[in-house]
Order: sequence, then C-alpha cells, then structure tokens
Amino acid sequence: MTSRARARLGDRVFEGAAVAAGVIILAALAAVAIFLIAKAMPALVASPAELERDGTDFWPYVPPLIFGTVWAALLALLFALPLAVGIALFISHYAPRRLAQGLGYAIDLLAAIPSVVYGLWGILVLAPAVRPLYEWLVNNMGWFPLFAGPVSGTGRTILTVAIVLAVMILPIITALCREVFLQTPRLHEEAALALGATRWEVVKMAVLPFGRAGIISATMLGLGRALGETMAVAMVLSPSILISFALLQSQNPTTIAANIALKFPEAAGLGINSLIATGLVLFVITFVVNALARLVINRRKEFSGAN
Amino acid sequence: MTITREEVKIQGRTLPRRFTWITLGASFGASCAVFLGLALARVTPDFNVAGAVVVGAILYVILVGVISRLVEGRRKSVDRVMAGVISAAFLIALIPLISLVATTAADGINRLDMQFFSASMRNVVGAGGGGLHAIIGTLLVTAAASIISVPIGIMTAIYLVEYGKGRLAKSITFLIDVMTGIPSIVAGLFAFALFAIVFGPGIRFGFGGAVALSLLMIPVVVRSTEEMLKLVPNELREASLALGVPKWLTIVKVVVPTAIAGIITGVMISIARIIGETAPLLIIAGLSTSMNYDIFHDRMTTLPVFVYTQYTIQGADAQAYIDRAWTGALVLIIIVLLLNLIARILSRVLAPKGSR
Repeated sequence: MTSRARARLGDRVFEGAAVAAGVIILAALAAVAIFLIAKAMPALVASPAELERDGTDFWPYVPPLIFGTVWAALLALLFALPLAVGIALFISHYAPRRLAQGLGYAIDLLAAIPSVVYGLWGILVLAPAVRPLYEWLVNNMGWFPLFAGPVSGTGRTILTVAIVLAVMILPIITALCREVFLQTPRLHEEAALALGATRWEVVKMAVLPFGRAGIISATMLGLGRALGETMAVAMVLSPSILISFALLQSQNPTTIAANIALKFPEAAGLGINSLIATGLVLFVITFVVNALARLVINRRKEFSGAN
Repeated sequence: MTITREEVKIQGRTLPRRFTWITLGASFGASCAVFLGLALARVTPDFNVAGAVVVGAILYVILVGVISRLVEGRRKSVDRVMAGVISAAFLIALIPLISLVATTAADGINRLDMQFFSASMRNVVGAGGGGLHAIIGTLLVTAAASIISVPIGIMTAIYLVEYGKGRLAKSITFLIDVMTGIPSIVAGLFAFALFAIVFGPGIRFGFGGAVALSLLMIPVVVRSTEEMLKLVPNELREASLALGVPKWLTIVKVVVPTAIAGIITGVMISIARIIGETAPLLIIAGLSTSMNYDIFHDRMTTLPVFVYTQYTIQGADAQAYIDRAWTGALVLIIIVLLLNLIARILSRVLAPKGSR
C-alpha cells in the first residue's frame, strides 16, 4: 500500500507543476493587460494643463497612428496575399516533388531573418532602388490620388515600408496556405482530373475552395504580424503624425509600434504613459485580429474531415 | 501552319513538351537583348537586371497565352498562363531573399575581423571598435529568457496533452495561439510597466529584456512541444501504465524521451526567433557601449539593438558605423541560420530509432 501512496504523491506533485505552468501563462497574459492599463491610465485621465507641459495630448494623437498602422498593414497584405497564395500553390502543386521541400525551406528562411536586418536592407538597398520608379509614377500617374506628388527624395515612403512588411509576412501566410493546400482530399483532386480538368482547373475547383478558410485565417495572422512590426517601419519610414493616403510623399503616417520605438528612449513623465497607452491600443487591435483568425481556424478544424 | 489531318485523333491538338522552354528562352533572350541595347546606347546607365527579368516574364506569359490559345484552345491556354504566373510569384519572392543575403554578406564582410569580436564600443568614435558587448548581451539575455521559458513551456505542453481537459485547457490553448501574435514591442512595454512599478521609471536592465522575450518565446515552445507529444503513440503510454508505472513516471521516462528530438528542435527554433528581437530590448534593456556581464544591473546592449543604433546614431565617420551595422547583421543572420541548421541535424540524430 505504501508504494501506491508514494506513487500518488509523485503524480500529484507532477500534475500540480503542469497545471501551475499553464496557469502561469494565463496569469502572464492577464498581467500584460493589467500592467499596461495601470501604466496607461495617467495619460488617459490627465488634465489638459498637465498634458500641455509634456506636449503629448493623447486623444488627438492616437487616430493618425491607428490610421498609419492599419494603412501600412493593409498595403503590405495587398502585396503579400496574392504572392503567398501563388508560392504556396507552386510548392504544393506545381514544383517537382523532390524540390518542393527545399523550396519551402528557402521561404521559411525569410521568416528567420531578424526584423532589424530587414530594416537595414529596406533603407540602404530597397529605398534607393525604388526611387526612380517612384519618380516615374509621380510624373506619369500623378493624377491618381495615391501617387500624388511631390515625390519623396529618399524613397523612405509608406509604400517602401509596405513592400518590406510584405516580404516579412510572406513566410507565415505561405506556410499556413501550403499546409492547407496539401490537406486537400486526394479524391477531390483525382475526381477533377478524371473529368478532364487541367491543373489550373483542379486548383480552382478543388484546392482553393477547400482552402478558403485557411487562406482567410492565414491572412488575418499575417495582418496581425504586419500591425505589430516595429523595427523595419521605424528604420525605413520618414514619419509624421498625419492622415494621408498618398504613397510616395516624404510625409507619411507612422505606425503605433514604430512611433513607440522612436520616441520611447527620450520620453519622460506623461510622455511615457501616453506611449504605453498607444501600446495598449495596439495590443487590443492585434489581440482582436489574432483571436478572429484563430476562431476561423478552430471552427474549420471541427467541421472538416481532413484532420 | 496547314493542319489537315486525315486520321481520327481522340486528343485535341497539343503543343510539344519543348514549347514551354523554347518560349521561355525566346522571351528572356529578347528582353535581355533589348535592355542590353538600351545600356549600350546609353539610354540607361547600366544593364537593368530587374527590368530585363520583369519584361521577360511578362513577354513569356503573353506569348504562351496567345500561342496556346490559337493552337490548344482556351482552357489549356489559361492553364499555361496560370502556371507561368504561379511560378513567377515564387521567383519574385526569392528576389528580396537573395538581395538581402547577398548585400549583408558583401557589406558585412568589411568589418568581420578579430576586432569586431574582441572589442566593445566604449570610447570609440569613428572607425574601429566592435560588437563584443552586444554579443555577450545577446547570449546572456537569450539564455535567461530560455531558462524562464523552456520549463514553463514544456510543462504547459505536458499539461495540455497529458492532463488537460475541460475549460481551463481550452482557454490556455486559445490564449497561447493569441499570444503568438503579441507584437514584440508590446511585450517590451509590459516588461517596462512591470519593473517600472517596482523599481521606478528609469529602470533599464537585461533581465527585463529576458522577461519580455519569454513572453514571445513561451507560446512557440508550447506549440512545438505539444505537437511532438501528440505524435507519441498511445500504445507506449498504455503499455507503461499497464506495467504499473505511475503516470508521472510514464511521462518523464517514456513520453518525453520519445519526443525529445522534436522538443529540442522546437526550443532551438524558438531561440532563433527571439534572438533577433530588437524592439522590446530597446525599451527595457536600453543602450550601452560598454561590457556588462550582469543582467540584473545596468543597461545591456544586444546584437539587434547594436545594429539598430549603429545605423541610427551615426557619428562623424558615417561609413564606419554603417559597416559595423552590416557586420552585426551578418553575425546575427549566421547565428540564426546555425541555430536552425543545428535544430534540423539534432532532430535527425535524436529521432527514435523505430521511426526511421
């Protein structure tokens, strides 16, 4: 009997440790919210006189930042989504079987490169390289509101940022799409082929409809990444606080994350609190986007026969 | 073409297999010739590689589409065009990867010398100096973050796979998924808010960075460990339990050793992910130009922050700072790639013998 009791003790301790670890994670996430709110509060409730002294009035300050964050992320998604779906299809259905894995690894490498290196590359390589293109766009297509002049002399515009962000979120969207495309039931594809479908028709009729939910949630995850990306934006963009849709000018709306990174080292007093408050806004936005993405994925898991 | 065939054929007219490659060669040849001509005629300063590739690709898609449409009909031509477009998407994605790796290697090699690995930036203005303080900082902060994250992450995964039932397990799974998407700068702000309440608003130290990084690392460890534990066949657990082994010993001696290869791979990949983080460390670990071996006191620079500050805070001899930034980036990429590579090799070597 004693040995049985001892075994139970070990079990209880081990299970307790496992549960504790899980609870720590819940507590940590709750702590993130609580501490951010606690440190953001002073900026939210401060009187105008106090705000004037530190020069950061929170409420008029935030909308341009939210706009910049969402605008840059959406632009990045506009570039990344079609490319990522194309790449995922290439790896899952077009590339020779033997090459496919290696090619997938090459794309995963893009995810492994630190964001500060992307920033360096964006500002020293990409920005000078796209400048002639921007000049051409403004000169010839300036009537289109997005390409309105005057053109930025450095190439450090929100369009360049969007390109860098697109490259950075490509791997995550590609990886998820590839996974979903590979799960397409073999029988659906073979049925389509047996009816005489070409390869593209197989993709259009069997693979893409099956993977639609996966593509949507991959997009949301990519969006979440792009919303929170800091260093690449902070390094590449020449920032201002304004709302503007123009892509090629030297005055660009900046993002919440980049703004925090640039301002934080020199911030003091209420300035710190209002930066943390903007961080809280970013946390809420990304939390909602990610939660929605996960809900879509989880619902699909329950109802599809593929898993 | 005069196609008057007498014999009855089931198949429609098709283009030969070589057709794709011939058109590809022809369109890229033509495009290269045009751009070479432009370069020789001094219209463009030098041979525009990107332009030639883009024009060649567009030319190819149009050629293939039109010819195939005329010979094979609409459906086949759409198929060929889409195959071209999808392959092009892949090649386009490779351009930034190649450009980034090539530039970093070419520009980073300038300062990849002994001094970079043996000197800090203390009292350095202009050329010279190195990144030793940043490398030490990176190692210390990453090690501290791993010490926090790995036990918590693995135990949580064990809870989720072996014990977890009901609402608690479900909410943990969901929140871990959401945690994967926390912006790194928010993690930094959290660490700052936490320690600023305890130590006052001027707090900057390496351990705070480790806490922030743990927040980013834990979900990755949990996710990968969970996947690996799920792969362990139930028969192993049942056999062990049937022999009277307590559940916790079954987990420690049977389940975890079976999955250890995957777990280690996951941990290495999570380290590779956080080692390049800049934003949270910029906020809570601060900047320093001197050596600092104590993560609990004083500011501590890590390699990504070093790269960032070398670029943003340039001194009199700007090129020296940019060179150091590129070298730091190169060292960072090499570390990340090595971690990924070692993870892959380890997972091969440690894989359970039966599964090969």
